[in-house]
Amino acid sequence: MKTIKTSIGRRSFIKRSTLAGGGIMLSFNWLTSCDMSPKQVKALPKEWFKINGFLKIGENGLVTIMSPNPEIGQNVKTSMPMIVAEELDVDWNDVIVEQAPLNTSLFKRQLAGGSQSIRQGWNSLRMAGATARNMLAQAAAQTWGVEVNEIITQKGYLIHEASGNKTGFGSMASLAAEMEIPEEVPLKDLADFKIIGTSRKNVDGTKIVTGKPLYGLDYSAENMLIAMLVHPPAFGMQLKSVDASKAASMPGVKKIFPIKTHLEDYSLGALDNDAFNEVAVIVGDSTWEVMKAKEVLKTEWELAPAKKEELSFFGRTVTVETPAGLESSKDHRQVFDKMSKKKGNVVRKDGDPEKMFKKAAKIIERTYTCPFLAHNTMEPMNFFADVTSERANLVGPIQTPEIMEESISKRLGMDKEKIDIQMTRMGGGFGRRLYGHFMTEAAVISKEMGQPVKLIYSREDDMTQGTYRPAYHALYRAAFDENNKLIAFHVRAGGIPESPLVANRFPAGAVDHYLAEEWSEKSNITVGAFRAPRSNFIAGAEQAFLDEVAETMGKDPIDFRLELLRKAEKNPVGENNDYEASRYAGVLELVKEKSNWTDSDQNVHRGTAAYFCHNSYVANVLDLEVKNGNPIVKKVYCAIDCGIVVNPDAATNLAEGGVVDGIGHAMYSAMTFKDGVPEQNNFDTYRLIRHGEAPKEIEVHFLDNQIDPTGLGEPPFPPIMGAMANALYKATGVRHYNQPFITDKPLAG
Amino acid sequence: MAQFQLNVNGKTHELNVDPTTPILWILRDHLNLVGTKYGCGIAQCGACTVHLNGIAVRSCQLPISSVGSNKLTTIEGLSENGEHPVQKAWLEHDVPQCGYCQSGQIMSASALLEANANPTEEEIEAAMHGNICRCGTYTRIKAAIKTASNS
Ligand code: FES
Ligand code: FES
Repeated sequence: MKTIKTSIGRRSFIKRSTLAGGGIMLSFNWLTSCDMSPKQVKALPKEWFKINGFLKIGENGLVTIMSPNPEIGQNVKTSMPMIVAEELDVDWNDVIVEQAPLNTSLFKRQLAGGSQSIRQGWNSLRMAGATARNMLAQAAAQTWGVEVNEIITQKGYLIHEASGNKTGFGSMASLAAEMEIPEEVPLKDLADFKIIGTSRKNVDGTKIVTGKPLYGLDYSAENMLIAMLVHPPAFGMQLKSVDASKAASMPGVKKIFPIKTHLEDYSLGALDNDAFNEVAVIVGDSTWEVMKAKEVLKTEWELAPAKKEELSFFGRTVTVETPAGLESSKDHRQVFDKMSKKKGNVVRKDGDPEKMFKKAAKIIERTYTCPFLAHNTMEPMNFFADVTSERANLVGPIQTPEIMEESISKRLGMDKEKIDIQMTRMGGGFGRRLYGHFMTEAAVISKEMGQPVKLIYSREDDMTQGTYRPAYHALYRAAFDENNKLIAFHVRAGGIPESPLVANRFPAGAVDHYLAEEWSEKSNITVGAFRAPRSNFIAGAEQAFLDEVAETMGKDPIDFRLELLRKAEKNPVGENNDYEASRYAGVLELVKEKSNWTDSDQNVHRGTAAYFCHNSYVANVLDLEVKNGNPIVKKVYCAIDCGIVVNPDAATNLAEGGVVDGIGHAMYSAMTFKDGVPEQNNFDTYRLIRHGEAPKEIEVHFLDNQIDPTGLGEPPFPPIMGAMANALYKATGVRHYNQPFITDKPLAG
Repeated sequence: MAQFQLNVNGKTHELNVDPTTPILWILRDHLNLVGTKYGCGIAQCGACTVHLNGIAVRSCQLPISSVGSNKLTTIEGLSENGEHPVQKAWLEHDVPQCGYCQSGQIMSASALLEANANPTEEEIEAAMHGNICRCGTYTRIKAAIKTASNS
C-alpha cells in the first residue's frame, strides 16, 4: 500500500473545521512535492497549476466536493471529484459537486490549461479523500473504544467487524472535525478502486439538456445593462474618433464612449494579450438594441504605429514588438518562402547531418503549411462586471481567473481582496479563454457606467479580434543511402509570429544525423494558445512526412515508426529526448492490433499517425472511403496512453471530440487577411466541420497501465491531421501539404 | 416599439418591443429563457434552434413581428424535467462536452424525429447539418438520435 504525506516540514496541506450545522469541512491545497519524483517536479510549470479544493461531509452523510478547476467541456467537474470520492470511499450517489469560486481564502491558482488539471490534481485529490476517511475512522474508533486500524470503510459507512459496529459517515462527521490530521495516510491499491476507472455521467448533464442557465452569457443581475464594443476593422489600425450623434439617439441606448483596456502606464501581464487596446463601447438596455445601434455608429480609424511593450511573463520580463502596417495573407506567403530558404536557429543537432545530406544517394524534401485559425468557442467572449468604488464582482467564462484578478486589480487600482470572480461553465475554451482582456473591458465599462454590465462579443467581434493560432510552415528533408536506408533527417520550421518546433521530440533521438532549425517573423495579428499549441500543426506535418519516408523506403508506415522507436528506446541518439519510446510504440502497437491493420478491406483507404504531447501518447488509424468523388471518413481508431483513466466514457468523449476537431481544422478551416482585414468573420465564411463530415464511427482504446494520469484535452487533436493527410493520399493518389486540405493552397483564401 | 402577444411554451406573453427583434433575444433578454443560445446570429450554427409549430427554426433570424399567434417551443418547454425521449437519449449517451450547442442540437433532433420517426443516417446528417458542435460530439449526437428514434 502506498502512503502519502499530508504535510511538508511543518506546513500541513489540510485544514479542518466544523461546519456550522454540524459535520466536517476539510480544505486542502496543492502540493507539488507530494509523492512526485524530482524529475516530474522539474517539469511542472509551478505557478500555473496549483489546485485547491475542499470537501464537506454533512450530518446526513451527504458529501459536497468543490471542483476547484474551471470547466470548459473537459469534464473535470465530474472527474476531479471522482478522485476524492474514491479515496473517501463514499457512494458516488451521495456526492454533490459544486464549482468553486475564485478568491476565497481556500482557493488559489485555479486554471484550466495545458491538459494539466487531472495530472496535477491526482495526488492532492487522493490525499484529501484519504485524509477525510482517516479522520472519520479515528472518530469511530474513539466512540467505539477500538483500534483505528481495525475500522474499515465501505460506500459511506464505517464498520468494525469484530464488535459488529456500523455507522454512516454523517454521524461521525462532527467528531471527525476534532481529530488530529494524520501526518501520513494510506492510499488505496489501484485494484481496489470502485469509482476511478468506471464511467460516471457528467454532473451537469441534466442541466445542460434542459437548458438551465449555466454559462456566462446566461448570467444576469438586477439593473444589468448590456455592452458591446466596436474594434478596429483591421489589424494595424487603431481608433481615431467616435461620432455617437446618430447611434446615441437609438432606442434603449444609454451611453457611447471609447475605452482604453489598459492605460499608458499599465504594465502588461502574461495574459493581457489584446490586439485592440482602444475600442468604442455601446451600452444599452437590451442586446438587440445595442446591436442595432452598433450598426449605425460612426467610427474613424487610423494606422497604428509600431509598438514595443514590456510584458511580465510569470516573473520574467519579455519585450514584445508589434510592427506597423496592414498585412495580407499573400505577404505571409512571401514570408514563408523567404524564411524557409534561409538557415534558421539551430535548436538541435546530432551527428553530422550536413555531411550525410551531401553524400546521400537520394533526398526527399517537402513543405507543409497551415493558416491562422480562430478558436471560435461556441459561446462567444463575454463577461459580467459590477464595479463600484468599494468592490468589483465579476462573473463569467475564464480559464485563468487568478491571473486575470491581478490584471483587474492593477487596472482598477483596487485591492485584490475587494475583487470577486465567479467562474461559469464555459461554452468551449480551446485556449481562448486563457486571455481575459474581455474581463478587464467589462470591469472598465461597469466602472464608467456605475452600474452592472454584461459585455457581449458578437460572433463577428469574437472572430475578428485576434488571439489566433499562428500560421506555420515546415520544411522537411530526409536523406537516404544507395540501399534506401534513412541516414539523415532535417526539419526547418517557423511561423508568424512563432515557431511550431519542439526541439527534442521524435524523430529526434531515433536518427543518428539530425538537424532541427526554427525561425519566426513578427506580425501585428495577435496569437494565443490554441488546443495543443505548436503540436496542432507540427504533428500533422511530421507524420505526413514520415509517411513519405516510409513509402520511399518501401516500408509499412506503422512498422517503420516502430523501428525508429525501437532504436530510440534501445540506443537513443542524444540525451534530451522528451518522450518515452516504449510508450510511444505501445499506442502504435495497440492501434495496429485494434484496427486489423494488416488485413484490411480493399475499398478502404487507410492512413496512420502517432504523436506525443502534453504528457500523453496517441496513435490513429483513419479509414476513408470515396463516395461520388467525396472522401468519407468511415472510421477512426484511436489508441491512447494517458496513464490511469479516471472516467472512461467521458475520456472517450473527449478523445472523439479531439479527432473530429482535428479532421475539421485540417480539412476546412482558415483565417485569412487582406490589408489587415480578416476575410472570415462568421460561420458562413469560416468553415467548421459539420455533422455529415465527421467520422461515421470512432473507436477509442486506452492502454491499460498503472501510471499516474496525464492530460487528455489536447493530445488526441494533433496526430489525426497527419492520419487524414495520409489516408487522403491513399484514396486519391495526391499528397496534401497545405491546410485546409479542401483547398490545399498555402494560406488559402 | 410595438405590442405583441407571444405564445411560448404554452404561455402567452405581452411584449412591447422593436418589431425587428429576433425571437432569440426576446427569449433571452425579455423572457429570461436562456436555454436558447446565441452562436452566430446569421442562421449558420443552430445554437438558437426553437420549434415554431413543431418545425425547427433558427430564432436568431426570426423577428417577433413574423411570429403572430404561432406556437413557439424552446428547450425549456420540450419537457418538464428532461424526460423527453431525445433528452433522455442525450443523457444516456452522455453527449455534451462544453454543452453550449446542445439545446440547439436537441431542438433540431426532436423536430426531426417528430417529422420522421425512423430517419436514416443520411436523413439525420441532412437534418442536423445546420447545427455546429465546436467540441465535436457529432458521433454521440447521431447515436443518441438513433436511440431516441427506437424509443
Ligand atoms: S445563433 Fe442562430 S443559427 Fe447561430
Ligand atoms: S458540446 Fe461544446 S459546442 Fe457542442
